[in-house]
Order: sequence, then structure tokens, then C-alpha cells
Amino acid sequence: MTELEAGHAEALAPAQSGAAFQRYRDILFALVAFAVLASLPLFTGSKALLDFVIRCSAYGLFATSLNLLVGYTGLTSFGHGMFFGLGAYSFGLIMQKLAVSIPVAFAATLAITALIAATIGAICVRLKEIYFAFVTLAFQMLIHSTILSWASFTGGDQGLRGGIPRPAFLGIDLSNHVHLYVTSCALLILGLLAMRQIAQSPFGYTLRMIRDNAARASFLGIDVWRAKLTVFVLAALFASMGGMVMALFVSGAYPEFAYWTISGEGIFINMLGGVSTFLGPMVGTVLLLLLNDTVTRLTEYHGIVLGVVILFFALGLRKGLLDFAAEWVSRRRNAGEGR
Amino acid sequence: MTVSAAFAWLLAPCRARCNESAPVDLDALAGCLSSSACLVTQTTSGLIIGMLLFLVAVGLTLIFGVLKVVNFSHGAFYMFGAYFAMTAYQLTGSFALAMLAGAAGTAILGLIFERVFMSRVYGADVLMQLLVCYAFVLIFDDVVRIIWGPEFRSMGMPAAFQVMPLFIAGGVVPPYYLLLIGVALVAAIVLGIGLSRSRIGKVIRAAAHNPGMVSALGINTGLIYGGVFALGGMLAGLAGALAAPVRSLTPGMGFSVLIESFIVTVIGGMGSILGALIGALLLGLIRSFGSLGFPLFTEGLMYLFMVIVLVSKPTGLFGKEAA
Repeated sequence: MTELEAGHAEALAPAQSGAAFQRYRDILFALVAFAVLASLPLFTGSKALLDFVIRCSAYGLFATSLNLLVGYTGLTSFGHGMFFGLGAYSFGLIMQKLAVSIPVAFAATLAITALIAATIGAICVRLKEIYFAFVTLAFQMLIHSTILSWASFTGGDQGLRGGIPRPAFLGIDLSNHVHLYVTSCALLILGLLAMRQIAQSPFGYTLRMIRDNAARASFLGIDVWRAKLTVFVLAALFASMGGMVMALFVSGAYPEFAYWTISGEGIFINMLGGVSTFLGPMVGTVLLLLLNDTVTRLTEYHGIVLGVVILFFALGLRKGLLDFAAEWVSRRRNAGEGR
Repeated sequence: MTVSAAFAWLLAPCRARCNESAPVDLDALAGCLSSSACLVTQTTSGLIIGMLLFLVAVGLTLIFGVLKVVNFSHGAFYMFGAYFAMTAYQLTGSFALAMLAGAAGTAILGLIFERVFMSRVYGADVLMQLLVCYAFVLIFDDVVRIIWGPEFRSMGMPAAFQVMPLFIAGGVVPPYYLLLIGVALVAAIVLGIGLSRSRIGKVIRAAAHNPGMVSALGINTGLIYGGVFALGGMLAGLAGALAAPVRSLTPGMGFSVLIESFIVTVIGGMGSILGALIGALLLGLIRSFGSLGFPLFTEGLMYLFMVIVLVSKPTGLFGKEAA
């Protein structure tokens, strides 16, 4: 864990006096970001660009929630994608079979995710490191196999087809592309803001302490199991939100959403962007999607190109892009002070 | 039986409502268990799945035990072993040379891979090691696609084995299956005895335990690491070469094998050779009999089994307590 710890050293001192200030700054930042994203359709009619941002929203929510586990708590989950798939399937199935309004289905999906995540998490978080990774992977594949084999309910390997009904609510019509776009952006910004609050809260610092020294945290009277379980469920909720955005975007759900490669991509995104900054996974998401889109357009052998890029990050930079930038900036600053 | 009963209950509504093939067919399973012919056929097919898995998984577990690295790209060595064997067989027409090419080719590949790339990320974050391996999974798959083409290829059964199958207690057993099981068993025995008795085996175990001390005693640990990686790659390559006549070859074929051999090592306990053997055989039998009783949920059964083992004994059946 040396790579991870190194980047975290200075972040560990909570600035208590500045906490309120920081919160207002985060909210202001979120509002500006939302205003910029939401006004994008006014300047460009490019459907491809809006689609790209919607996909970034879905994957960004997922990847950032994974960072709550990997970066903040030190829980390397290989099965986080199961909640992405669960969100997509649960939302799609509720909309198709029960014909309720979208906010109701949204809330019901979050409730279902919380219930399943609490059950799976209660078993998983007892295990350490690589065993935690493997048992989450096993649960992910179990859910994937269930989706495949329960064909009458989930559509099996064909996925959930026939489209997801999108009745209008509160004047928002999600079958309208621009409405869908703005809603996705809003969900992304709200989700990121909520996760930022979790990460900066005392609970967030408890998680960092568990990551750095679980035994010490336990001596200080923290119920490590409960804290890990709580963050596991919270992260699952945001991943599920990402899955719902994806289901709304493609108007369906496919078994690939619950396949382990989604978890692998999530880990990759985190490494690409960096795990020691909050926005690292977001940067990673944009990078990976851009990379995927351009490389698939240029060559049919995109595995080689993607592989070489990964190698460059893993063996060359040895950290994510935003981690690298943050370290470079702080080194520059230190050098300046030294002079 | 409670687990299967639970799944029967879970999946029962489908059987009543839809007219697809039933996901749970316990009658077929019971029917097979009561017939010796079916029992023999299913057991042999379970054994060859298990033995191939063992050869891949034992390399994985060896590399983990000594190098403390989870080789996520291990499936690629299985794939290369199969393709090397196919090419060698097409060029020379000799089955023995094909096996040799599969094993030796992947051993060299493993040595280069370890020395040039993996040795740079020892001691780094686990995620970093996984990432390097993941990159090579992508690269190797595309390399195979470029050299051998994206379509399914097949090596074909060597003429020497195109003979009448054996009939054992009414069950059909192709002679090639016996060869495959035999080779894997020999590999298991040689490996087990070699590691526990021979001098090199002792040095390897010492290096797994305390590399600093081994290196201080004047032994080149880098060479040992490279050698272990080459050995692991060779075993996976041998598995691929042995599988080439009975499976179809495609880029990405290593992946399902990789996931299954992960399950094997986790069930058996990371770092344990006996565990890998038992785990692989159990998984093979689950696959072959599970495909009768739960045709659509065979994979699910394996993961369920893994979850049960991990929850009851996190270090696996034969794993030692984590250091």
C-alpha cells in the first residue's frame, strides 16, 4: 500500500476550522459545474457530445463510488460492478413490470440495492485484502450467472429488452434527449457532492484511519466491521445510481452491466485518474471513455493500444494522472518555499 | 441438498410459465447418478476439466506462493500454449513436438515477461501489479488475433489417438482423455516431490519464505523468480497444448480458464499445490455433473461453491493462515 499512502500523507490532517468554508466552496463548485454542463446544449447541437457526457455520468458515479472503497477505505473490491448491474436491472424491471413513476422506481431501486449490499457486505468485509477482492468477485459472478439463468425474469443473455417506459414526471420528460442529459448531469453532480461530503466528514476520516491502520482504529474504539459495512453499502448506492443512469440512457439492461469486466474497468479508471484525489476517478472516466472511443475508431486492435497506455501509466508514471499532477504541484510549491 | 432445493424453488416459476429448457433438471441428474455408464462418462469429463484446470491453477498458486504476485495474465499462457502446439503440429505433424513447443514456448515467454515487466512492480501496490497484467491480457489477445486471426481454429485430434474409444462399465472414454489425465497426474507428482525433496525445490521454498536471507546466502533470487514464473507459464502452456486437440482455439480463450483457475486456487488455498489439485478436481466434477442438474446455472454453482468455502474458511481448504 506504499504507493497509496504516500499520496495521502498531507490529506490526513482534517482542517476543522475550515470545514464549513470548504463545504460552501464544494457546493459553489458543484453549482458552477452543473451550470456549465447544463448550458452545454444551448451552444452545441451535437448529440454525440451529450451522449458522451451521459456515459461519463454513469461511469463517473460508479468509479467515484468505487474510490470510496479502494482509495479511502483500502477495500479493493473486484465485484463493485454487481451494484452497477443491479441498479440497471432493478430499475428497468420495476419500470417495465410495475408501471410506477420514475422517482418511485429510483427510490425502490436504492432500497433494494441497500438491502442486497448489506447482506453481501456483511459477509465480505470480514475478509482481508486479496480474499476480500476474490469473494466480491465471486458474488459478482453469482449475480451475473443468476441474471443469465433466470431468463424468464431478466431476459437472460439477451438482456432486458423492449425498452424502459419513461413517463414524464414534474415536467421532466426523460424520453426527450436534452431532458435526459440534464437529469444525468444533475444526478452526477448531486452524487459527487454527496460522496464528497461523506469523504470529508468525520466518518470519512475514520475510513482513512481504517485504511492506514485498522488495528489502531479498533483500539480507539471504532467498530471497524460496521464502518466498513456502512461504506460498502453507501458505495453500492452510488454505483446503483450510475447503473440507473446507464439503463435510462440505453433504455434497457444487459448482462454485461453485471459482468466482472465492469468492475475491472472501474479499477482501471481509478488507477488512470488517481485514487488519492476526490476527482481522480472522474478524470479517469473521461480519459478511458475518450481513449476507448478514439482508439476503436482508429484501429481494430484497440487492445494493444489500450494495453500500452495502461503500461505507460503503471510502469512509467506509477500513479494516476491527477495524483501525478497533485504531487508535481506540491513539489513545485515546496521547492519555491525552500528558495 | 438444501442448496439445490433452494435454487429449485428460486427457479421453479420459470419452469411453470415458460417453455424454454428448464434451468433446473434434477431428474436428469438423478438419472445419471443411477446409471454406471453415465457416471463413468461424466466423471471422466469432470476429471479432464479438472486436470487441465489443475495445470493452469498450480502455476498460478506457485507464482503467488513464491513471488507474492497474482498473475492476472496467466490465462494468456494457456492460450499461447494451445496456439504454439497447433502451429508446431501443422508444421511437423508430430504430437510430441507440438506438446514440447507449447510447453517450451510459454516457458521462454514467462521468463521474458517476468524479467522485463513483472520484476518492476514487486512490492508495489497490488492494483499496480493487476494493472500491468491486465494490460498484457489485452495486448496478448490482440497479438494472437494478428498472428493467427480472429476466427476459431482447431488443431484436430492426432492420428495416433483416432482409435476406438474404451468402454469402461458401459461409459465411453476416449484414449486421449486417459493420456491427458496421466500427463497432468505425472506433472502433479513431479512438482510435489520436486518442491519438497530436491535442492532446487528447497531453495524455492526458502525464497518464498525469506527472499532477503536466501539472497544473502549467495543465491540469485532474480533467477529463482524468473524460473518459477517460467515454470508456471510452462505448466499453463502445457495445459493449453493438451487442450488444443479437444477444444477450439480463439483469442480470449484464456480468460474463462483464468477465472476458473482463480476459483481453484482460492478454494484450495493460495500457495498450496495439494489444494490446487483437490480444488481443480472438485470444480471439474461440479462442472460436469452440474451441467446435467443445472444446465444454465453451472457457472453459478462454481461461484456459489467458492463463496461457501471462502466464508467458512477464508484462506481456502488447504491454505495456511495469511502471513
